[in-house]
Formats: sequence, C-alpha cells, structure tokens
Amino acid sequence: MAHLFEMHSLSASYGSFTVLEDVNFIVNESDFIGVIGPNGGGKTTLLKLILGLLKPSEGTIIFNNDVLNGNRIGYLPQLSTGDVNYPVTVTDIVLSGLMIQKGIISRMTSSDKMKASKVIDELGLKDLAGATINELSGGQMQRVFLGRAIIGDPKLLLLDEPGNFVDATFENDFYEKLKELNNRMAILMVSHDVGTISSHIKSFACVNKNLHYHPSHEITNDDLLSYGCPIQLITHGEVPHTVLKYHTK
Amino acid sequence: METNIFQYGFIVKGLLGAIFASITAGLAGTYVVSKRMVFLSGGITHASFGGIGIGYFFGFNPVVGAAVFGIISALGVEYLSVRQKIREDSAIGILWAFGMAIGIIFIYLTPGYTPNLMSYLFGSILTVTNADLIALGIMSLILILYFGIFYRTILYISFDEVFARTYSSYVNIFKYITTSLIALTIVLNIRMAGVVLVISLLTIPPNIAMLFTKVYFKIVVWSVLAGFVGTATGYAISYFAGIPVGATIIFTLVIIWVLAKGLSQLILKISKVRNIAII
Repeated sequence: MAHLFEMHSLSASYGSFTVLEDVNFIVNESDFIGVIGPNGGGKTTLLKLILGLLKPSEGTIIFNNDVLNGNRIGYLPQLSTGDVNYPVTVTDIVLSGLMIQKGIISRMTSSDKMKASKVIDELGLKDLAGATINELSGGQMQRVFLGRAIIGDPKLLLLDEPGNFVDATFENDFYEKLKELNNRMAILMVSHDVGTISSHIKSFACVNKNLHYHPSHEITNDDLLSYGCPIQLITHGEVPHTVLKYHTK
Repeated sequence: METNIFQYGFIVKGLLGAIFASITAGLAGTYVVSKRMVFLSGGITHASFGGIGIGYFFGFNPVVGAAVFGIISALGVEYLSVRQKIREDSAIGILWAFGMAIGIIFIYLTPGYTPNLMSYLFGSILTVTNADLIALGIMSLILILYFGIFYRTILYISFDEVFARTYSSYVNIFKYITTSLIALTIVLNIRMAGVVLVISLLTIPPNIAMLFTKVYFKIVVWSVLAGFVGTATGYAISYFAGIPVGATIIFTLVIIWVLAKGLSQLILKISKVRNIAII
C-alpha cells in the first residue's frame, strides 16, 4: 500500500505559540481517518500543513509523487470561507476545483464543463447548476463545495468540520457519498463533534498538540481488560459506538 | 459654422467619455460591489484629492498626483488593516480625511487662482482634455484585457480567498493589482464625475444590473450598458439644461435604478401571477 504522505517529527507554531509538536503521521491510499480533538488542539493546523498553507517550524512532510503531480488534494473548507452572497453560480464554484490543475490564465473547456455537470448530477444538484450560491440551503452548499473538492479527482480529500453544515436530511447521504468516494481516494475528516462522527471512518487520529493514531476503531476484549477492571458503556438504542484506546505516551 | 464644429467636437468628446467611463466603471464597479469594497473605494477617491492638491502646488498634472495618492492609499489600507491590525474601516476613515486635508492645505498654499478646482470636486466634461480621454480609453482596454484574461482567477480569489490560497501562490499579487487598477479607474473618472460623486458611477450600474441577474459576467455586461445609458443621458441633459454634468449623471443613474427596481418588482409579480395561473 502506497503512502500518500509521511510526517516526520513535525512541529508547527504561530509566532511563539506551538500548536503541534513532534507529529509522526502516515496516510495511506485507502485510508478514511477521522481527525478528532478539542478546539484549538491543532486539527485545522494539521490540514494547513498538508495543504502547504503553513510551513512546519520543525520536521518534514514528504508527499508521494502521485499526490504532488497535479496537486491531487481535494479540500472542503469550513463553510465560512466563501462569501455566500457572491454572484457566482453552482457550476462556476464546482469548476473552481479544477484551478488546481490549471494556470492563472485559465479557460474552461467544454470537457471541463462536462466534468462539472457530471459531478453536479452525481451530487443530486442537477436542477441547481445555474443557481447562485445564495439561493442554496446549507446542505446544498456543502454538496457544491464537495463537488469543488472532488472534480479534480484527488488522491486525498481533506474535510474540515463537514458537520458544521446543518442539514440533517442530507447528513446520511453525505456520509454514504464519502464512503463511495473512499473507494478511489483517501479521506481525512476533521471533526470536534466526536459524538456523531461517521461510522464509515476506518481509523482515528486524536490531535491535541500531539497526534495519537488509532489504527482501528474496534475494541477487543483484551483492550477492555487492559483498563484493569471490567468496563461497560451504558447507552440506549442501537447507536454504534467507538471506544478508543488510551494514549500510550 | 464655428459653433457647429465646436458642438460636434463636444458631442464626440461626451460620447467617448460616456463609453470609456461606463466600461471602466462597469468592470471595476462589479468587482467593488460584489466584494463589498464600496467604502474602501470611497476612501481611495477622497484620499486621491491629496494628490490633486500637491499637483496644483508643484505645477504638474493633478491627475498624476491623484493616481499616485489613489494607489498608495488603496495599498495603505491593506497594509494598515492586515499588518498593523487597525480595523479596516478605521484605516479607511483615517486615509480618507488625511488625503482631503493634504489636498486642502496644498491648494490653499498654491499662490493665485487654482483653475478647474471645481471640476475636480464635482466633475466637468468641459475641462476634460484629449489626454484625459486617451488615458480613459487605454484604461478601458487594460481592464477588458485584465478581466478577460484572468476572469476565473479574479472571480475565484474574490469569492473564496482561503480556498484560492490552497492552489495559487498569486492571491496577494492579484489582490494588489486589482485594487490598484480600481484606484486608477476611480482617479481617471474623477474628471467626469468629480471626487464627491465618482463612487456612485461605480456602484449604481452594478446595482441596476443585479436587479435582473446574479451571474458575475452578466452583471458586468449590464453594468456597462446601464452606465452608458445613464452617463450619455445625463451628459445630454446637463448640456441642454446647462447644469453640472457630474451631478446630472449621478441623478440620471439613480432615476434609472429606481425605474429598474420598479420594473423588476413588476416582472416578479407577473411571473408569480403566471405561475398561479399555470397551477
């Protein structure tokens, strides 16, 4: 399995304030990793490092050539980054995902536009292709920005707090869509909302200045015994639960 | 006979002025209005008055002084708000008045009579020189090429800067170039509409366009058309009625906006009635 990128003893800081320290982290091709941790713990900083928006203060990050060639990273930022009253159409926003592979003098060809309409169809936005962004609901906007992130066929998809978009009806579909996308790209999903993180996530990374990686979210009996006493989670209903191991460091 | 030639030249001048003003103001104005930079643009306009005063005092073309002041203040606002952590609207407020103050001081210090001062404040087609028209024509060409070639890059940076930074390292350069071009557009249009009124030349046409479309490119096209109708009509009215051209143009544009607003409401009502009829 090919590594998409490797972080070695990576640290990051804003001025004298260290946000991440000695992070070692490897992401593989078919990973679906939930990045969890408290606010201010460094989750978004981790994404910024991967996107190259922030230079590490120490350590290195090595990308696989496949990821670097053509900048194959898709990014779904938190909703607040775009101006939702800007006069721009759904199709234009989705097309902007191709700018990664195009230069500053970019003409969108008819095959680009075909690609955009295919992605728009796929995300169930067909009737809204010509609509401007302020005509959409929160959930529809999320899909548009997801479209922008995946139109370039990235190898790695970064999602920053997708749970922030409030549209309960689409939430399930959204995670189903991610599961499907995970067949062709690795996904790194940041969330502070641990309670409702998707069950499709295969592994977890806890970020709070340090990064602890949990390869699998299944807890075995042995794990339970290691707590030193029999433990039990009490819950109603059939909600699936994930119990992560204690951080060893 | 002489009067005819004079009138002919006057009409050509006015027509060319209207065409170039509406192209530059339409392109720059759509960017300004979409990005909500109207207050910043107002600040640039008034700050450039400082350059006009210095131009008078040292005896060079005041438009050149205004252009330098306009660009410096546009980039200065960016510098003060981003690097020095001063609130952007406060930074604009400071530079706005500072430019006006410099202008007033230097005009006061300029010995003797200051010709055409009123034309800089309120605009006048009579004092527009051929050089002014050529400058505005070149500016139209530059803006058409700039927005034509870099359309998507400019659109996407302006819509979502954070995302644009993930794929382009040119975000800041484009922001500075665009802001500088807008400052230049404003300064060159000061000859038409004056320091006090020019900001409306940029803001009213896109607002007329936005009543009918919400797509950036179409807003530009309709802004230029609305701007041309308003500027040419205002110019004609001012010529026949003998009233100041800048004020007449702005007045005409506002009337067009009000009529367009009414029309868009009417269209909305008719389409609703039609929908009900179909149901």
